[in-house]
Amino acid sequence: MSVEFILNERHIRTEESAGMLALDWLRLRQNLTGTKEGCKEGDCGACSVMIGELDDAGKVRYKPVTSCLTPLGELHGKHLLTIEGLNLPEDALNPVQQAMVDRGGSQCGYCTPGFIVSMCWYMMQSGHAQPTEQGLKDATSGNLCRCTGYGSIRRASQDMIGQFSKGGDLADVWSSEDRVGALVERGLLPEYLSGIASRLSEIEPLPKSENASPEFIIAGGTDLYVQRGEEIPRTEEIEVLGLRGDMAYITLDDTSVMVGGLTTFEDFAQHPEIQAMLPTIEADMQLIASLPIRNRASIAGNLINASPIGDMTALMMALGARVVLQKLDGNVKRELPLEELYLGYKTLAKEKHEIVAELVFDRVDAPNEHVSFEKVSKRRWLDIATVNSAARIKLADDGTIASVRLALGGVAATPLYLKETSSWLVGKPIDASTMHGMVERAMKEISPISDVRGSARYKSLLARQLLLAHFDKLFPERAGIDTVLGAHLAAQEVSP
Amino acid sequence: MKKHYDAIHHVRGESLYVDDVAFPSGMLHAAVVGSPVAKGELRMIDVRAARDLPGVEAIYTARHIPGENQIGAILADEELLALNEVAYIGHPVAIVVADTPETARHAASLVEIEVEEEKPIVDPREAYARGELIAPARTFEAGDVDAAFDGCDVVVEGRCDIAGQEHLYLETQRARATPEEGARMTVSTSSQSPYAVQKAVARILGVASHMVEVDVRRLGGGFGGKEDQATAWACIAALAAKLTDRPVQLVLNRVDDLQMTGKRHPYSADFKLGLMNDGTLVAYKAELYQNAGARADLSTAVLERSLFHATNAYRIPNVRVMAASCRTNLQPHTAFRGFGGPQAMFVIESAMAKAADEIGMPRHELQRKNLLVDGDRFHYDQLIERAQGEASWEDAMKGFEFDGLLAETAEFNARGGRLRKGISVMPICFGISFTKTFLNQAGALLHVYADGSMSLSTGGVEMGQGVNSKLRDICAQAMGVRTERIHLETTNTTRVANMSPSAASATTDLNGNATMLAVEQIRGRLLALAAEQLEVEDISTLDIEDEVVTVAGKPSELTWSDLALQAYLNRVDLSAHGFYATPNLHFDAEKEKGRPFAYHVWGTAITQVTVDGLRGTYTIDSVKLTHDLGRPINEVVDIGQIEGGLAQGIGWMTLEELAYGEDGRLLSSALSTYKAPDGDFLPDVEVRFIEDDNPTGPYGSKAVGEPPLMYGIGAWFALRDAIQAFKPDAHIPYDSPMTPERVLLALCSIEGSDVPGPKDPEG
Repeated sequence: MSVEFILNERHIRTEESAGMLALDWLRLRQNLTGTKEGCKEGDCGACSVMIGELDDAGKVRYKPVTSCLTPLGELHGKHLLTIEGLNLPEDALNPVQQAMVDRGGSQCGYCTPGFIVSMCWYMMQSGHAQPTEQGLKDATSGNLCRCTGYGSIRRASQDMIGQFSKGGDLADVWSSEDRVGALVERGLLPEYLSGIASRLSEIEPLPKSENASPEFIIAGGTDLYVQRGEEIPRTEEIEVLGLRGDMAYITLDDTSVMVGGLTTFEDFAQHPEIQAMLPTIEADMQLIASLPIRNRASIAGNLINASPIGDMTALMMALGARVVLQKLDGNVKRELPLEELYLGYKTLAKEKHEIVAELVFDRVDAPNEHVSFEKVSKRRWLDIATVNSAARIKLADDGTIASVRLALGGVAATPLYLKETSSWLVGKPIDASTMHGMVERAMKEISPISDVRGSARYKSLLARQLLLAHFDKLFPERAGIDTVLGAHLAAQEVSP
Repeated sequence: MKKHYDAIHHVRGESLYVDDVAFPSGMLHAAVVGSPVAKGELRMIDVRAARDLPGVEAIYTARHIPGENQIGAILADEELLALNEVAYIGHPVAIVVADTPETARHAASLVEIEVEEEKPIVDPREAYARGELIAPARTFEAGDVDAAFDGCDVVVEGRCDIAGQEHLYLETQRARATPEEGARMTVSTSSQSPYAVQKAVARILGVASHMVEVDVRRLGGGFGGKEDQATAWACIAALAAKLTDRPVQLVLNRVDDLQMTGKRHPYSADFKLGLMNDGTLVAYKAELYQNAGARADLSTAVLERSLFHATNAYRIPNVRVMAASCRTNLQPHTAFRGFGGPQAMFVIESAMAKAADEIGMPRHELQRKNLLVDGDRFHYDQLIERAQGEASWEDAMKGFEFDGLLAETAEFNARGGRLRKGISVMPICFGISFTKTFLNQAGALLHVYADGSMSLSTGGVEMGQGVNSKLRDICAQAMGVRTERIHLETTNTTRVANMSPSAASATTDLNGNATMLAVEQIRGRLLALAAEQLEVEDISTLDIEDEVVTVAGKPSELTWSDLALQAYLNRVDLSAHGFYATPNLHFDAEKEKGRPFAYHVWGTAITQVTVDGLRGTYTIDSVKLTHDLGRPINEVVDIGQIEGGLAQGIGWMTLEELAYGEDGRLLSSALSTYKAPDGDFLPDVEVRFIEDDNPTGPYGSKAVGEPPLMYGIGAWFALRDAIQAFKPDAHIPYDSPMTPERVLLALCSIEGSDVPGPKDPEG
């Protein structure tokens, strides 16, 4: 397979294995060593790059991703932009680079190119009326620095925001329709970036793959590469779903929401109709992975990974999603409720070459229906849940629970739908006694084990707390969790 | 403007680390095969499957080592490759050399190791009980502790279990070795201690030190983790290069780095603290059980610093601290910013927290009452001079309006709800100098070229801490020229011999003073020439300021560039080597008394946190601190060190959890399971300086690398404060880190017992 794309200013056509990681290819084949390897599992951001794609309007839209989890095959027809491609001629520094130098935002320097790429992405992407500190913080949510303690990076961010904000000397650049064009015009980005869109439009799409039984099927790759990253590049027997182009979509009809399996977390969360149904989805996303990972991670991939603590899995389970399974060749489709996909630890009711083509769930009927997501991990950002939970709750006119679906992650061998507890809750009023009953029943449905993320005892406790937290958050007046600790309430009632 | 000058290259991604330099032709890649079990006798290494993999060049084991199979720096107890027994999971057993790093790693995974497995020891107290000590235990003693306890109003006792910490330098361990003519070898490495690498490579190859050239350009972070532990990987690359006669590079991937390299030492400790009802500390006794891991590494030196810092910044007349370095079957633990000091300080702070609760005095009042002042003596006899403990405390109290913060906290907590705030004060006192006196020496080699540009080589290793920036500033200021004139060269064993590691916070002190001595020599020669050319009789009226020779403070026509050129034409030596040894240091290891430190660094930090009682999660809201910096040389660099050190201290006390299985396997062996603070977790930090002329530091400056880490201990006690605000009788063991798990379990503790709940299926 011959993959064709643009690397910084250069046109590339390569016969390398489509499964080779962009990071390895950059460093070993291109001698572009500004992109660093820190962890090779998307957890540090030292390898951050941008991928640019043509949007419907024919403009290039960039997304930051971690090159350590991005296969070369995925780059076909796209623009791969690395730290080197952002550099101005003659050692000049762009405003991001200058601010980081001035404020001492770089010490050992190893994480620095990754930070610069993430911060430059924020500078280049349109959409935010005004630059904000929070926006820049989100943009660097996947970047780890061990030297600075982030204070100096924050000060550099503030410098940068000051320049691009109203009254700053680059405010006109920020308000420009074509941000990249304006930055190029002011000499703050290299000139060649203006010509990328037309160059991308000339690259032909790859012919549709006919491999119906590859060794590896790669969706976002953000977990597959973490687990099997050493093996994948050794084989040609891979199928990069991203090249199919018809699997990432969100469509709605009167009753249902259809989500293409390859839809990324970030595209899901940014969709206006999804945001209308799940008003907290953007805030919830801050607890899930990091921006570069959410830009790659697919919803189907999260489900298929079958991790008991998949965040999107918990959410989809509470939403009551049904999965549409399909053979790679497109033949044979079948549908089943998500909870029936899981047979045991990482065991699925799915054949090897079946993929989750689509998820379907009922529209959320706001304002009577509420969806809540809760997650506790050691670190708030970019960490795997110790326990997560999602709830979909619909109230009847009299304030009792008309329907409810509770999901918990991290408390069993599979993602868990609390079937018994959910059905018990129907028809109950939201009050302290119902809360007692809920946690009591939930405790019987879970079976956590001790592992690196926490002891079984802690996970049981967290499961209770997070179930209570849904109601505490949605119905603070009624749930009766006004004692110092919901924990006390739970602990005392549930003691065996 | 003074800055971190290296950053100009970092932000463009142009800075070169070991493996960024273009590969020499024919270079091979190495991978290390580590032991799959923590303890046992090595029966067989089956390399057949690995050897048959296309692209594999060679596989080496201990038997292939031409010199001595030994890399132990302090004690000769560490083989480069295990010969007969393995002592921890990941213990290097064999090396695979192949044409690509992927092939080398693939082949390494195919090597089968058969071990007659024995039950490992992972607990330092168990090791102590079984007499598994790295070296005899040591005791520091002052006054009469046993008698003093009898006279105390209150005596508290307790136990601490303090976790280790992964360095998490973003750049993993790596080295490249290139065979030169004859038996010579050059090694490019990411090491804080080029001389240690030079010695060890020479020993492994069986050659003299002068046959090995070690070069270090920069490190992508070190934090102590590359002081002694960069050595093995450089030796492996050099061994493979020697045996294949081709350049060989070894880059550990993150998982191997985490599994194979040592970390900050976990400690288990018992304490007993006696005091009067008015809060006067009288007697302190502690036993520190250091989990050294399987080999000595730097453990005994780390242990020594724990003994020195056992009483932190407090006056306690009667002290007895026993410390033992206990051999277990974990990775050999090693240096990490603070070097044993933080663990000892956590123990005394725990004892004081318990004592404060017992006598009903706010913890900060007890701390304040007992701060050391000039004229006091440490328990190892060093006289307190130029103490800044009280000064920094008072500056923090006033400068940050501590009373107001206390009142706000109380007010917030009185409102009820799901959240509570906690606050703590953490004073620090940290000794500067290598505690092994002989290491307090440094050399600097300075060249001035005829065009006036300069090249400076020192023993200081740039690892992000900004030593090169500071040395450049010091050199420029001493010579009277612009910083742009000076280029900091790589740290190289052929330019500076017998260099001490870049460690102990002393790198700028030592190498800065050596640089000033080198400058002084050349300056003296140049001024003599200037006197001649300007026909000035009294050389003492001459100076170089802003690149112009001045006479009695007035600029002459002689510029720096002219002077350099004239010196060359007049055959004046434009090179000099400066050598510095810190004066007036001594320590008697028999009596455990002396003056091991040139000076101490002091400071006081106020930490505020908020705990979510429903979820057990928390945020670190702010840290406000007053730090004793002497006279700052480069504030951008210094603030970076303070904030960065603090960040690591907070991480160590809160999120960063090294989980081990009973089989000695590190379970948190990836960044997905080992969580270090990120930009969301860490708070804004406010820093105030108290200035003072430090007689030892260049231009009155003080060392800054390690001390701020210990402000992070305040985060643990602020979280304790918030938990107590929810539940005054919460059972909070003095264990670290204070993860959200520990917080929730403490919040739900019924006094003295654990929270009731479903039975733990594993417990």
